[in-house]
Amino acid sequence: MSKELQKLLSGDILEEDVELTLAELCDTCQLPAETVFSLVEFGVIEPHGRNPGSWRFRGVSVRRIRCAQRLERDLGVNTAGAALAIDLLEQIEQLRMRLHRFES
Amino acid sequence: MEFKDYYQIIGVKRDATQDEIKRAYRKLARKYHPDVSKEPDAEARFKEIGEAYEVLKDPEKRTAYDQLGANWKTGQEFRPPPDWNQGFEFHGGGSTGAGAEQFSDFFESLFGRGGFDRTYTHGARREMHARGEDTHAKIMIDLEDAYNGTTRTITLKHTELGPDGRPQLKERTLNVRIPRGIRQGQNIRLTKQGGTGVGQGDAGDLYLEIAFQPHPFYKVEGKDVYLTLPVAPWEAALGTTIQLPTPSGTVDMKIPANSPGDRKLRLKGRGIPAREPGDLYVVLKIVLPKADTDAAKAAYTQFEKALKFNPRAHLEI
Repeated sequence: MSKELQKLLSGDILEEDVELTLAELCDTCQLPAETVFSLVEFGVIEPHGRNPGSWRFRGVSVRRIRCAQRLERDLGVNTAGAALAIDLLEQIEQLRMRLHRFES
Repeated sequence: MEFKDYYQIIGVKRDATQDEIKRAYRKLARKYHPDVSKEPDAEARFKEIGEAYEVLKDPEKRTAYDQLGANWKTGQEFRPPPDWNQGFEFHGGGSTGAGAEQFSDFFESLFGRGGFDRTYTHGARREMHARGEDTHAKIMIDLEDAYNGTTRTITLKHTELGPDGRPQLKERTLNVRIPRGIRQGQNIRLTKQGGTGVGQGDAGDLYLEIAFQPHPFYKVEGKDVYLTLPVAPWEAALGTTIQLPTPSGTVDMKIPANSPGDRKLRLKGRGIPAREPGDLYVVLKIVLPKADTDAAKAAYTQFEKALKFNPRAHLEI
């Protein structure tokens, strides 16, 4: 236990440092490529790059996929509904931060 | 153990129809879903609702639960009656996978465990070799930590299946570097620090979500930081140079003459030092001295005479 305490762990900032290829995203999220295609099609995640071979996903995609999976599983929404909910939740979060700034 | 009133948790009467139960559950699930709700106890509530629905949606379990009688109250000390479970046949083990983590001891004492290999964070697939689960934790840091970087010692609790197949609570302590430039809501990914893999599967990743402690005078929006700076009326009117605090140290800032009361001044690049650094915004707030002495009153009267100022000109009166 104390040995573990000594070790200083360094990580990446998911939203800033991490960029993933299609294969890496599939591996990280334990998903088949077909599911990722569908998530891209419905706009849950948006890759840079023209074709799947050159796609690059920002780290935040991992978070959005997880959230979509939970919403689909727990609330029975479909992928389009999950994409909409996630966009709205992000907007609410931004507004909440702005509101917080104006509240003293 | 404590009794749980599942009807009260879902918010329906004991004679509610299955449809009423389903509707009430769905409404509560939307309200308390941890991805949607900001309530601090959302996750606990969501689990509780899931557990209640697990019982009430299933006519077999609901009938069995109803046999306990209507006189029990939530929180009351409970022990299953000695003849419990006789004459009932449940299908498919305890959970049919509503996405709840572990149900309460109360639930287990009535319906047993079984089929619990789903957890809330993940619908993990358990093959012979499977990657471990990703795990999540939140940590609070100060705004200054995001400017300078820091280290944190965190203690994580997680459940592991013990040798007897029952979940056990385990603790582990990690020393983690918090990188400079991190923002509220971002996640530090520590690869292979999550749940242990099955067979030859890799361990999952650990994600640490960052939240900032509220700061007494800075407000944060994304990577920009806001400071409300009180100024005297003459400072805003005549202009001056003011020494002000920033999370990266004291700076001198020039207040231009004739600054309006809510003027926003930008200190470029003095926000959170992300890869593209944010800005620090200084918002002026004119503070009026009290007119509580004769001298102060005389000064205000002189103001009035000298300036002929109508602050309500735009209201056209």
